[in-house]
Amino acid sequence: MTMALSMTDTSPRPWRPSPLWLAVPGFVLLVVFFAFPVARLLVLSVQDAQTGGFSLASFARITTTDVYIRVLGITFKIAGYTAIFSLLLGYPLAYWLARMPDAVRGRLLLFVMVPFWTSYLVKTFAFMLLLGRTGVINDLLLGTGIVSQPLPLINNEFGVMVGMVHAMVPLAVMTMLPVMTGIDRRLVQAAQTLGASPVHAFWLVYFKLSLPGVAAAGLLVFISSLGFFIVPAFLGGRRETMLAQLIIAQVQELLNWSFAGALAAMMLLAALVSCWVYDRVFGLSTVTGQGSDGKEASGRLRLAGLALLHGLASVCALIAMPVNRLFGPRAGRAMLPAVSWAVIAFLVAPTLIVIPIAFTSSQFLEFPPPGFSLRWFETYFSSPLWVQATVRSFLVAGATAAAATVIGGLAALALARGNSRWNGAIFAFFLAPMIVPRIVIAVGLFYLFAQIGLVATDLGLVIGHTVLAIPFTLVTIAAVLKSYDTRLDQAAATLGANRLRTLFLITVPLVKGGLIAAFLFAFITSFDELTIAIFVSGGVKTTLPKQMWDDMILQLNPTLAAVSVVVFAIVTVLLLVAERVRRSP
Amino acid sequence: MTATEMIHSTPRSAGGAMPKLLIDGLSKRYGNVTALEPTQLAVEKGEFLTLLGPSGSGKTTLLQLICGLVERSSGRLFIDGVDQSDTPVHQRDIGLVFQHYALFPHLTVAENVAFPLKMRGCAPGEISRRVKDALEMVHLGHLGDRFPRMLSGGQQQRVALARCFVYQPSIILMDEPLGALDKKLRDHMQIEIKRLHRETGTTIIYVTHDQEEALAMSDRICLMNHARIEQIGAPHEIYTRPRTAFAADFIGISNIFRGEFVHDAGRPRLATPHGIFNLPEDVSATGKGGALVVRPEHLRIGAASPNRITGAVSEIVYAGSETRVIADLGGGTQAILRLWPGDPVPQIGETITAGWDANSAAFVP
Ligand SMILES: Nc1ncnc2c1ncn2[C@@H]1O[C@H](COP(=O)(O)OP(=O)(O)OP(=O)(O)O)[C@@H](O)[C@H]1O
Ligand SMILES: [Mg+2]
Repeated sequence: MTMALSMTDTSPRPWRPSPLWLAVPGFVLLVVFFAFPVARLLVLSVQDAQTGGFSLASFARITTTDVYIRVLGITFKIAGYTAIFSLLLGYPLAYWLARMPDAVRGRLLLFVMVPFWTSYLVKTFAFMLLLGRTGVINDLLLGTGIVSQPLPLINNEFGVMVGMVHAMVPLAVMTMLPVMTGIDRRLVQAAQTLGASPVHAFWLVYFKLSLPGVAAAGLLVFISSLGFFIVPAFLGGRRETMLAQLIIAQVQELLNWSFAGALAAMMLLAALVSCWVYDRVFGLSTVTGQGSDGKEASGRLRLAGLALLHGLASVCALIAMPVNRLFGPRAGRAMLPAVSWAVIAFLVAPTLIVIPIAFTSSQFLEFPPPGFSLRWFETYFSSPLWVQATVRSFLVAGATAAAATVIGGLAALALARGNSRWNGAIFAFFLAPMIVPRIVIAVGLFYLFAQIGLVATDLGLVIGHTVLAIPFTLVTIAAVLKSYDTRLDQAAATLGANRLRTLFLITVPLVKGGLIAAFLFAFITSFDELTIAIFVSGGVKTTLPKQMWDDMILQLNPTLAAVSVVVFAIVTVLLLVAERVRRSP
Repeated sequence: MTATEMIHSTPRSAGGAMPKLLIDGLSKRYGNVTALEPTQLAVEKGEFLTLLGPSGSGKTTLLQLICGLVERSSGRLFIDGVDQSDTPVHQRDIGLVFQHYALFPHLTVAENVAFPLKMRGCAPGEISRRVKDALEMVHLGHLGDRFPRMLSGGQQQRVALARCFVYQPSIILMDEPLGALDKKLRDHMQIEIKRLHRETGTTIIYVTHDQEEALAMSDRICLMNHARIEQIGAPHEIYTRPRTAFAADFIGISNIFRGEFVHDAGRPRLATPHGIFNLPEDVSATGKGGALVVRPEHLRIGAASPNRITGAVSEIVYAGSETRVIADLGGGTQAILRLWPGDPVPQIGETITAGWDANSAAFVP
């Protein structure tokens, strides 16, 4: 009888807020300053500029002249090649890193992290110094008499590809690495005890299992490359003009919003289609790092894939045999580290060229510098323009980092604590600013800001940068929360701490490292950011990257080298600190 | 029936005393999974109650419902007669000791123990005095400045106990607190926990799936199975009078003989594949049949009893304080019996006959 009574007990319970509410600030911010402006831009692309009615005129214009079609084709071609070459260079490096013991890998990974976070402007500037007609390489080649004419290394497809691949290999490695470290190496050994040659064991087991990571890396590199403009602007020629450059020109010079919107729509469409294809084949969860429940392709496709791998393995085994016989197995084993170190050298060395040039005593960008001097640093620090830009960048980056850490942290907490079926969708939405090409976000924001008076304001910059930084802070904090033992929070609750005190006395101190790292990553993101700054920072009040961009367009000078060294040093130090605090609890 | 009426109608609240903790129809569902069926349970003040049961039987769920770490699906919970069903975790007067201790790694031992006092706004002087007392109570007075990671498993466990006892919650819940310790340390800590229980007079609800631990420590055992309470009672009661075959099988070693009732000279007896046996005197034969539970120590080789089984010795297990004989009864059934002191050890393969006193067996439906 009591049983029956209690079963029907449906007395109202006091309302306890779901943890998902913590994601609301970030959600609102992203809806207003990311989803809405991007959607608005897409609407603009199908609106008649005068009447506001529906019109496909902009898209029609894209197809009428073959200029735009060509640019589209070039953009896809460059992005595709960049993805392929980044994977080819990145795979051996990632594979080598994955085999390292954890501590060693952590240290070696800095050779990937530093180039990853180094400003594209600095990297591109370094390549201009290296590859230019009077650049370091041509100087050396002419000086030693190997060639009699300077080689055309820049302002052509070669220059763009070198710059793009250099910029994207770190992203490829960092995307593949988690998948590779997650592969149980005993499986490869098991395959060998079952009779597979090392070559077969690699292709049929390891490579197969690493494929989702490879595909994710290819996808991210391809999408990021679609929106590139710094590298083609400085290292490419007229014929390597990419879509993003066109969009910038349409907005800045011609104020043709609907056409810019149409171009942006094309780019976004390309990005979304690649995501969709990827999701069909592998499942998007691999990209977001939410577990590795990748889909298995079904039936015939899967068998065809396995047969292909078999073929690859056999071909490689055929090649490996004579190579092994000729040079001995030791040479084979030395290959991987040799290749990996070569890739690391390619990633790290070019940027270092700016250091000697920054300390030159010459008026010109000569190499080797004729003498040592600090004059270009003096020029930098005594120029109000540069100093103001630097200060502004610091302030904006600080504010961005604070906002993105709080917002991303709350969202990470919401996702870690709540387990609603919306978690996956919310996570994907928060990561979307990383997938949608920056140029699309930037143009959309510019349009919005122009209407609400946020152009040329620090607030506008901070908002834009926060949108871009939230994915980084979310992923960083979500990672530490994932390994966080929630029983500690439960213990605090049973010991009498309410939710707020538990958060500040237990959770925050314990995930401090992750929070600081997230803060620094967000800081660097903003400190380096150019795309939004190009549009949103006003003519006089510029940020450091915007000032560099303007100077690089006008004329290369040693002051730029000095600025590059300072930026490089700041970012590297912040990064080292971030990595250190992230590792030590 | 109102809550108060029900309190007075609970079995152990004789004399009108209010139970410390009363669980009325508390249940928990996760989607389709029922982690705990609607459950009735009353716990007396100062009692040591053990939740015992196989993995997944709902022990942790029941504890978490009591302290409020999971939301109930139905039912109410009263502490000292006051409805606390909706009180948030941190305001219930309940302590919880976690299986893996859940010590805060960024706080020292003393700071860990001080934490609940700080949350309750105690004065600094009082905090340091009580922390000192609590640490001394668990013999860790000298380790207050260490961090948890610098302690051994047993020491960490004792810090967790001190952290719980220090604020004197009137109910303490322990979820397999000794699960991570080795056997010797576990025996030692069992005695420690019993001592703390005696010295503080707290009500303790203790989860374990080690039946020896449950028998050794508890005032009452609450046996759980399939998200329900199977049987609740004092250890000797559950051991000698299991109410279900599951209870008989789970606690201690049992020989279970299933069969159907036959009426033989006016008295009901149980016809099993191994013989027709007398029922204990206090059992009335209702239904078609059931099973007799005979403990190994009640089976004696060569006993002159009408209840006898015959089988070939297949194994002899020497276990220090006792020797067990396993006999093959045929039909895939084995019987386990404990050798009585002084009885000769049989040979493997030897056919033996063993009997028991009808009243020493238990009958389960
Ligand atoms: N968060 C959850 N979601 C879904 N099912 C759950 C959840 N927590 C527990 N369960 C289910 O509820 C049932 C009871 O679980 P509970 O943890 O209470 O068992 P237990 O008796 O403590 O077991 P153990 O001895 O293994 O600790 C199990 O079937 C379990 O799978
Ligand atoms: Mg449990």
